[in-house]
Amino acid sequence: MLGNLIQQTVNALTIGSIYALIALGYTMVYGVLRMINFAHGEMFMLGAYVAFLLLSMLVGDVGMAGAIALAMAFVIAIFLVGAVGVGIERVAYKPLRNSTRLAPMLSSLGVSLSLVTGIQILAGPQPVAFPSFFPVVRYEVMGGTITSMQIGILVAAFVLMFGLHFLVTRSRIGIIVRAVSESRPTAQLLGINVNGAISMVFFVGPLLGAAGGILYASYYGIMSPTMGAVIGLKAFTAAILGGIGSIPGAMLGAFILAFVEVGGTALLPVITHGVLGTEYRDVLTFAILILVLLVRPAGILGEAVSEESVVYKREF
Amino acid sequence: MSVAEARTAVRPRSSRIVPLLVFAITIALIVATPFLPNYYVRVVNSLLIYILLGIGLNIVIGYTGLLDLGFVAFYAVGAYTYALLASPQFDLHLPFLLILVIAACLGAITGILLGIPVLRLRGDYLAIVTLGFGEIIRIIINNLDWLTGGPQGIARLDKASILGLQIARPVDFFWLLLVVVVVAGVVAWRLEHSILGKAWAAIREDQDAARGVGINTTNAKLAAFATSATIGSIAGAIFGASQRFVSPESFTLQESVLIVLMIVVGGIGNILGIVAGAAILILLPEVLREFAEWRILFLGLLMIFLIIVRPAGIVPRSFGPEKLIRGLFGK
Repeated sequence: MLGNLIQQTVNALTIGSIYALIALGYTMVYGVLRMINFAHGEMFMLGAYVAFLLLSMLVGDVGMAGAIALAMAFVIAIFLVGAVGVGIERVAYKPLRNSTRLAPMLSSLGVSLSLVTGIQILAGPQPVAFPSFFPVVRYEVMGGTITSMQIGILVAAFVLMFGLHFLVTRSRIGIIVRAVSESRPTAQLLGINVNGAISMVFFVGPLLGAAGGILYASYYGIMSPTMGAVIGLKAFTAAILGGIGSIPGAMLGAFILAFVEVGGTALLPVITHGVLGTEYRDVLTFAILILVLLVRPAGILGEAVSEESVVYKREF
Repeated sequence: MSVAEARTAVRPRSSRIVPLLVFAITIALIVATPFLPNYYVRVVNSLLIYILLGIGLNIVIGYTGLLDLGFVAFYAVGAYTYALLASPQFDLHLPFLLILVIAACLGAITGILLGIPVLRLRGDYLAIVTLGFGEIIRIIINNLDWLTGGPQGIARLDKASILGLQIARPVDFFWLLLVVVVVAGVVAWRLEHSILGKAWAAIREDQDAARGVGINTTNAKLAAFATSATIGSIAGAIFGASQRFVSPESFTLQESVLIVLMIVVGGIGNILGIVAGAAILILLPEVLREFAEWRILFLGLLMIFLIIVRPAGIVPRSFGPEKLIRGLFGK
């Protein structure tokens, strides 16, 4: 029983930290642009594919040793995807900065569709086996099994999240991003480089999303062009749950969501005597989301913003 | 508006040429469709179903200004209503017209049920909750095996017939859909110009001001949700009858998104725009069928391009059905 509890907790933490990495991208973009970036799930997918390509190049063509190649592929891939994120923002969202609120969201849907199809054309639509990024060793802890993979994912995710935390709270870039997030017109009046801040967000968000994608693909050993859709939706749910626009909120929401999912999978059939099976896990997720939005629309850690500051331009 | 007026002022004839051209193409298409091979008739039918869905969703998005990303749920309600009441699933075989009425009522009820909790929400939050609602309906359909057949769906649905007249061939559905689309289009268009439609427009422009001048925003929003859901549900029932098979795969989030895109690319709040948007997003992939996945890539890029170049849609809001009719009769 205790072993089971420990194992489920570690499972939830692992999946939660991956959700958190993706949720951060949604929340940061929403923070500065008040826009739901539907293409963010595709950054997650792109991360896995770019890392896979780099890895096969580094090991196969350059003949690099496994461990170094893995580390290099990870780092290069996330930076590349970050650069792609900045490029996409320039082309598809920046021209719509002063358009209606719906326009950039729909443009991001176009980006999402293009990226998924692009990868399908380049790499084929079928799922591909993904190499394990860590040697898998099993540890027995008080009756539960924890793998080295899970530890590696947790470490990598937490290093990235602490990195982001320091970037946002301690650095000059962080101050700029937070200022723009607080109020874009005011930041502009104070002479802050608003475009720079937005580019920064569109660099860091996809970078973290790509890291999440690589970790996810190596955790489950598989990647596919459409893998971003479902995970994207869940990470997005996590961001809303925690309070969209809030960085600690996104992390909190991601872990709550992961625990609800893991707990729901284990407990739903027991509580309802088999009426609702584990497949209702996602219904539970969305039901919680809707409940939170109805009771506290700003999310758990989100600030209760007044309507005026949220709706500063027309919806349509 | 002003651009359109300026154009009319400079070239008075152009206001007639476009309506006449649109009218001629529409008539030509309607006359030609029954003589096309079945495959093409099916494509036209799917276009008509999407136009119907677009007309329904436009009431909430275009007229009332509420972003609904879960519209496909109502479409599913209609399709499964037909599937459950006219198939061997429970050995029920009700007549098509009766099911259409039941589907419309169930659609309205679901619309109001969704409407009540989300009335307080605006903008993005509303979009997210409706998205979650659409997903919940899809997951429930996917898992409620005893009722909906789960992922396998329900097959061998009855052939539809209206007053003894069997509707089975694609051409039959073409005529049925044409009538329904025209009726729904006229109803939506007249609603837009009714007192209720003006209340919707007021909510869209400024909800607080609307409440300030005495509009019951709660009722107006519920009416919008109910009307929109009714049309979506009717579209679903006809879809079920024409496919004679329903499964959860037809009711994914992507479908909701496609309908929203149709409206926005075509011209938000304008029925003629919806027709244009549907024509681009539904017909273009069919025309380019031989290019396989490349056409989807092209569609994605075209979407970005159109939204950047024409954020208000291809057809301007001012070029509504009134303009078309006035242009035709030269008033």
